[in-house]
Amino acid sequence: MLKGVYNWIDERLDITPMWRDVADHEVPEHVNPAHHFSAFVYCFGGLTFFITVIQILSGMFLTMYFVPDIINAYKSVDYLQHKVAFGGIVRGMHHWGASLVIVMMFLHTLRVFFTGSYKAPREMNWVVGMLIFFIMLGLGFTGYLLPWDNKAYFATKVGIQIAESVPYIGTYIKELMQGGEIVGAETLTRFFAIHVFFLPGALLALLAAHFFMIRKQGISGPL
Amino acid sequence: MSNHEHKDNSHRSAMKSGMSRRQFLSYTLGGAGAFMAAGMSLPMIRFAVDPILKKKAGGTWIKVVEASKITNEPQEFKFKIHQVDGWYVSDPELTAWISKDDQGNAFALSPICKHLGCTIAWNTEKNNEYVCPCHNAHYTKDGKNLVVAPKPLDEYDLKIENDWVYLGPVKANTRVV
Repeated sequence: MLKGVYNWIDERLDITPMWRDVADHEVPEHVNPAHHFSAFVYCFGGLTFFITVIQILSGMFLTMYFVPDIINAYKSVDYLQHKVAFGGIVRGMHHWGASLVIVMMFLHTLRVFFTGSYKAPREMNWVVGMLIFFIMLGLGFTGYLLPWDNKAYFATKVGIQIAESVPYIGTYIKELMQGGEIVGAETLTRFFAIHVFFLPGALLALLAAHFFMIRKQGISGPL
Repeated sequence: MSNHEHKDNSHRSAMKSGMSRRQFLSYTLGGAGAFMAAGMSLPMIRFAVDPILKKKAGGTWIKVVEASKITNEPQEFKFKIHQVDGWYVSDPELTAWISKDDQGNAFALSPICKHLGCTIAWNTEKNNEYVCPCHNAHYTKDGKNLVVAPKPLDEYDLKIENDWVYLGPVKANTRVV
């Protein structure tokens, strides 16, 4: 049945070469944990992506209940966590995944650093990876405010104060981030928009570039 | 996939069972992968469909007016219900048109027009009918739809206890056959 559907589509659109081009490529011996167990360090990039997928999915589901508004944000988070079935689990996935994605990304960066994989001709991919790193930090920072509890509020206040310490343009950065003169209603909607639309959009574009380059250049050679 | 299976067929004679090593591994990996994917997606799906699986709150009776105030002529009464809408709790005000029929039984009609949901009122055209201001739908005192509207007016559950009228949830009109 499934095979029939696949063949029907394949006859018309010839999709086999497309996924084969993505899926069929040899894993070099030095990155295959079946050959050298220590090669598991090459899994961290993939694991980072896997957790990113979980973050996107659980985040999409959370927005079914969440309201980015100072009156209702905390109440809606409280409701989805305690009154909706599996709310604690779905929010837990997003909460713990956020930390885990940073950890995995850090381990991936260490591996790239200590295997010297950032060297020519892969400098651009290192730069894109660094951009992804900053996007991830931005996602963490903006997402932290959304539950609108005390921890969220004061963490954002401190974060914005740090940004404010930039010479000359600090106060402008602060007001731009806050969307006003205080951390309040306008900050919350602004952070929500950045968290769910702007940064994920940028992240997906950078991930596409990251993956395109690694396929084009191949994985770096053994030490 | 199928190309790889052909390659393996040459080794099949050396195998004890009918299953090739590749097939066994793909079943194992596929099974483990499906298990992990299910563990990931089932909580999210259950989370999303929760509204249709939640127990509905049973109807409660609201004390509206003394029974002695009900007349044969329909009168408008306002009452408040306690509504829990997710994280938003409120006490919205509802309206009922309550009157007595010829046998002296009180009944309460919902003022929401069955045409397109405007609010009807009694006798605004001095013809002893409910009239909707939007598209001129008309209903009898029992709520029977005369023109425009496709269905009779909805009715509130009603009970009288200790000379007070209590209203319950809205149901389809039971007075008009």
